[in-house]
Amino acid sequence: MVSIKRTTIRDHAHRRILKDKLIFGMVIFLSMVTISPIILIIAKLVINGFRQISLNFIIQNTPGTFEAMTAVANGELIPGGIANGITGTLLMVALASVIAIPIGVVTGIFLYENPGKFIANLTRNVADILQGIPSIVLGLIAYIWVVKGITNGFSALAGSVSLAIMMLPMIIKSTEETLKMIPQTIKEAALALGVPYYKVILKVLIPTGFSGLLTGILLGISRIMGETAPLMLTALGSTVVNFDISKPTSAIPLLIWEFYNDPNMVSLIWSSSLLLMGVVLLLNLLSRQLANSSI
Amino acid sequence: MKENIEKIKDPIISTRNLSIAYDKGNYAVKQVSVDIKKNSVTAIMGPSGCGKSTFLRAINRMHELYENIETEGEVFLNGKDISKMQVIKLRRMAGMVFQRPNPFPTMSIYDNVIAGYKLNGIHIKKKEKDEIVERSLLDVSLWDEVKDSLFKKGTFLSGGQQQRLCIARALAFNPKVILLDEPTSAIDPVATSKIEDLLVKLKKNYTILMVTHNMSQAARISDYSLFMYLGELVEYGKTKNMFTNPKDRRTEEYLTGKFG
Repeated sequence: MVSIKRTTIRDHAHRRILKDKLIFGMVIFLSMVTISPIILIIAKLVINGFRQISLNFIIQNTPGTFEAMTAVANGELIPGGIANGITGTLLMVALASVIAIPIGVVTGIFLYENPGKFIANLTRNVADILQGIPSIVLGLIAYIWVVKGITNGFSALAGSVSLAIMMLPMIIKSTEETLKMIPQTIKEAALALGVPYYKVILKVLIPTGFSGLLTGILLGISRIMGETAPLMLTALGSTVVNFDISKPTSAIPLLIWEFYNDPNMVSLIWSSSLLLMGVVLLLNLLSRQLANSSI
Repeated sequence: MKENIEKIKDPIISTRNLSIAYDKGNYAVKQVSVDIKKNSVTAIMGPSGCGKSTFLRAINRMHELYENIETEGEVFLNGKDISKMQVIKLRRMAGMVFQRPNPFPTMSIYDNVIAGYKLNGIHIKKKEKDEIVERSLLDVSLWDEVKDSLFKKGTFLSGGQQQRLCIARALAFNPKVILLDEPTSAIDPVATSKIEDLLVKLKKNYTILMVTHNMSQAARISDYSLFMYLGELVEYGKTKNMFTNPKDRRTEEYLTGKFG
């Protein structure tokens, strides 16, 4: 009797161990499947794009089709770079941040302060919906509002407005979430010192949640940096460096699209993508680091 | 009921028919009239939800932070009606210490002590600041422990040290009264006994009003005790008398552990 029981127990143990190994193997396999695209993408970009990256790539404008064609025919590297795209992206992202950050942070504070109010719930839902609007639609809106309404032509301002609208819900959300994480006791401590409410927000809550706010902002920036569709309808593109916000302006993702359409410039796609991806990845890592260091 | 309430001459705090309701008609504090003796330690005791904290917070008007709160009756601090005082002046006169130590995480120890001045935008000279910081930290016996690390973050200190830092922050304003809301409930026994000694020492210059869940703590350090039950003030008198000879049946039952 006893020996029979023992064998059955051992059988079950064997089966359990086998199952455990199987599941563990599956977890490892599926994790690999999940992370392999990013590794493959980075590898492809580095292999194909690294050759083109040099100082000139950063400080020179995009070459003409003819120059590129000659270079490719002679088996040389394509001359020139994407300085117009880099400066355009920086200009538009900076301008979009200037528009979206103050509005987003103030709205986030409002939502945090009035969690149950009707108008706050409405704002929160609208922000959620805004996040789901296709970016090309935002481009269309900025086209109607800014290109047609203000600058009378394609412009960096129009591009920035469309990017700012994209960035806004992310900043609102992250501000509200960050402030919610701050213990109520910190707020009480300040109020017990007789500090007026607006100073509690400005001098206690915002500094305490600063790294959280910055994380949200950096993620927002890295998100809009790669946006292409809205810029096609608003900033259009430019072959030279432009800092006039009322003029058409280039951006790295716009250049990638242009290179794709020009058979002579194909190899510039990889280096531009590598640069863009590198910056976005860096911003993501930085925001992750900040998020870990916050309270 | 009146005979259970001790009469105090020249009180620093007095409340008259103080009632506080969170919702309409749902009173957390009911008709409390009490006088608190100057330069004494007074403990507020009672089971959970009896309105101790609400009563304490009514004294520096911290209870006004809750929405829809309704207050009836009067509170006098140093003879003045607090509802007619500016909140900042009131809270400078009545400093508050909370259950959990809550130093400002972004500020150094030094800045935490003078946070009241900094955050309110009150400008004082560097020398004066140094004096306030040193005096306040000496008062809470923290000076020797932190004098070499004044510019480190306050959150690096241990729980007990943080709580003493929070008391120093309240003392920096040179208040008349210090209100403490269960100041040792989140702190280990050794740090607790340090804080208890400190409170006894501080009553020379300040009046201390403290909510406590811990009866033996009230017995150890308080001169007067106030027992509240379901929002009512049941009994108020010298701690010694109350612990040895409670006048009300409910006080006796609470003190002997029959409920609470």
